[in-house]
Amino acid sequence: METAVLAAMFREFIDARCVVFADESKRPFECDGLSVYKQLPGLVVMPSTTEQVRKVMRLCCRHKVPVVVRGAGTGLSGGALPHPDGVLLSLARLSKIVEIDPDAGLARVQPGVSNLAISEACAPYGLFYAPDPSSQIACSIGGNVAENAGGVHCLKYGLTVHNVVQLTIVTVEGEIITVGCDGLASAGPDLMALMIGSEGMLGVVTEVTVKLLPQPSHCQVILASFDELESAGDAVSAVIAQGIIPAGFEMMDSYAIRAAEDYVGAGYDTDAAALLLCELDGTEEEVRHCAEQVTAVFQRYCARSIRVSQNEAERLLFWKGRKSAFPAVGRISPDYYCMDGTIPRRMLSRVLSEISRLSGEYGLRVANVFHAGDGNLHPLILFDESQPGELQKAEEFGAEILRICVNAGGCITGEHGVGVEKLAQMLDQFSNEELAQLNAIKDALDPDALLNPGKGVPTLKRCQEYRST
Amino acid sequence: MTAIADLLDQVRNAVAAQRPLCIKGGNSKQYLGREQQGEPVDVSGYSGVVDYQPSELVITVRAGTTLSDMQQVLAQENQVLAGEPPEFDGKATVGGTLACNLSGPSRPWHGSIRDQVLGVRIINGKAEHLRFGGQVMKNVAGYDVSRLQAGAMGTLGILTEVTLKVIPKPESTVSVRRTIGANDSLRVMNEICRRPLPVTGACWYAGDMYIRLSGPVSVIGAAAEQLEGRVLPDDDGFWSRLREMELPFFADAKDLRCISLRSTRDHFSEDADWLIDWRGARRWLAAGGNRDSLDKHVRDAGGELSQVRGAEHGADVFPQRSAVYRQMLLRLKQALDPDGVFNPGRLYSWL
Ligand SMILES: Cc1cc2nc3c(=O)[nH]c(=O)nc-3n(C[C@H](O)[C@H](O)[C@H](O)COP(=O)(O)OP(=O)(O)OC[C@H]3O[C@@H](n4cnc5c(N)ncnc54)[C@H](O)[C@@H]3O)c2cc1C
Repeated sequence: METAVLAAMFREFIDARCVVFADESKRPFECDGLSVYKQLPGLVVMPSTTEQVRKVMRLCCRHKVPVVVRGAGTGLSGGALPHPDGVLLSLARLSKIVEIDPDAGLARVQPGVSNLAISEACAPYGLFYAPDPSSQIACSIGGNVAENAGGVHCLKYGLTVHNVVQLTIVTVEGEIITVGCDGLASAGPDLMALMIGSEGMLGVVTEVTVKLLPQPSHCQVILASFDELESAGDAVSAVIAQGIIPAGFEMMDSYAIRAAEDYVGAGYDTDAAALLLCELDGTEEEVRHCAEQVTAVFQRYCARSIRVSQNEAERLLFWKGRKSAFPAVGRISPDYYCMDGTIPRRMLSRVLSEISRLSGEYGLRVANVFHAGDGNLHPLILFDESQPGELQKAEEFGAEILRICVNAGGCITGEHGVGVEKLAQMLDQFSNEELAQLNAIKDALDPDALLNPGKGVPTLKRCQEYRST
Repeated sequence: MTAIADLLDQVRNAVAAQRPLCIKGGNSKQYLGREQQGEPVDVSGYSGVVDYQPSELVITVRAGTTLSDMQQVLAQENQVLAGEPPEFDGKATVGGTLACNLSGPSRPWHGSIRDQVLGVRIINGKAEHLRFGGQVMKNVAGYDVSRLQAGAMGTLGILTEVTLKVIPKPESTVSVRRTIGANDSLRVMNEICRRPLPVTGACWYAGDMYIRLSGPVSVIGAAAEQLEGRVLPDDDGFWSRLREMELPFFADAKDLRCISLRSTRDHFSEDADWLIDWRGARRWLAAGGNRDSLDKHVRDAGGELSQVRGAEHGADVFPQRSAVYRQMLLRLKQALDPDGVFNPGRLYSWL
């Protein structure tokens, strides 16, 4: 269907300024956080009510127009990459916090609300929303649901799927369905879990009810540096094997440490090969109890230095380096490519040394800064897009890293999603029968393949192409 | 031991003959859902630990493994499956527990078994043995077929293997009991749960409210002092009897209903016989009241009512669903079990 005709139809029920047709106005939507992929959409539509979303979906369904949903566009796998002939459905204007029920520990919010805004809104009640992706200032809760986002605190408090109790979904046909229940248990198959992490391919999330937790009364970070990546990796496993579940457990390697230190001056040990940040929270007793044990483990693994945050300002300073690590790495290289494989924790040191060996082979530097407690790696491959062939080399290197993760018993993506980026790697993780089953689920809920077509799960045809090359 | 090949054969034959199959684990959850029909497929013989890595806090077991056996293996490493699903005299299997998505009193804090699942293997309706999810804490490759199985009661495939994350066993627990009315207990439980205390149980039963705390001795001792009521160092197995549905409340209830509701919703039908768990988010009702008007009340409050015992023969026991919801479920059923051989009618008369 002619985009101009479609635009006219949308303008009948959506403010004309929120139906964007001109190329220069569509430019900001041409990519998400994975900016090596760019594409202008046919049309950008920005509804501000669920009812408008329904009408958009009805029209698109009737006229078989592809729809790509967009939250804040911080995704790192091209999930929100537009379709050239389709509608880019931006939910940024659905940004109301509908309800906070502090006694029940629940908040009902629209999908465009930013992750951090939820915790900020419930802070006055002494509550917080646990999953905290590093992009939390910007990313939307709808995008978090679509990617099953994790964060620094997911080791103890779980991922998005563990912290959401109910979703309102607009189906591809423009119907409304509620899944889950704010009484925690909902009878029947867990349709809500199916929706979470489905990358905008099974439905449009228009309302989310999240769990809120009491802010712990005490919180301390232990910052430890090591001479070798391996001993830091082993120390991570050892702490958890001891029966301690830290609130967060992050690791940085020497590139990341130096980049972060140059950028924000967090007081990191820049001569170290690895740095661990271990956050403990709970009652005062609990934190003291665990801090002693963690310190002992770090000593046993020959830490160069161990510092325990003495006050809130120092705790935040320790975190500041970690939280700004991505932009900090961005300063030491023209471009970087962020991978997201997950492995069993005990494989950390083995996989890290494999990556560092490959880094030499490919002649590309790698900075590692990641969720060590979850075994969720984020190797940042540094490259220069302006050098011919470097991007391709970086992508090949990345693919190799993911293969190593799968072989180590892990998976190709822990929290960033498959998007357009990891379609080929899906074949490393799944058999043809398994992929066919996933495609059957997609067909069941989106028979005309209108929602985010060509992403997430490779089609059978593409599988054959990939496997034969 | 049952072999996968046997289970696959049975599914293949059933599909060829268009004959329904009735999936059985430990046979401990007949009380849930609707009557099972069809030729039995016995998964209980497909049991045993496939892999256990205590330092990873991850265990993989075959679906027929009993929960009690698995908990015993975990206990040797001082670990436990969180969420306390009922073991039903050692009969409950891991597969059955996931299929019914069960949990115990700690659900608001630890979730149900669905929250512990990392991956599964299933046999689908094409007699294919498939693997979804994995053995790591985070995995977003492909749709979440593992958790979709939670609550499906076998209608979307036969679970053959389950990978679960586990937690260190809490050092100790202590309970505090206080005499209080049901209505007030709701308010007090929610107020307590807003505080950063290591609460792992909040229940009201027969005129008393019970709060359980778990953690290191020093921690829970200090926390218990902040609560009003009598400290019960030994709670007489109250929580395990609650979990196993062995309190007299359950034994006596001929017409048993289970309501899932936001914890802050007002108490209602005050004259009826109630047991309130999950800090108010789960309310058990023994007998009393017209089901339709009760159902409407619960629905209007955003909750769900299920009939656990005393349903009319052949009636649906789980909450009614909208046309859109039914269509979605039917299409998913078609995607996973195209010939409709797995547990027809077990969950809903129309599925
Ligand atoms: C610097 C940086 C750090 C990051 N750190 C983390 C981290 O620690 N943990 C983590 O998990 N991620 C992280 N991310 C990735 C990203 O922020 C998350 O994936 C986030 O959840 C995406 O949210 P968004 O609103 O930006 O979604 P978008 O990028 O707009 O969309 C992501 C996907 O979700 C779909 N989608 C969005 N909204 C909806 C909706 N309402 N309904 C249906 N589908 C929808 C889109 O179609 C797309 O497929 C990071 C990204 C950056 C740039």
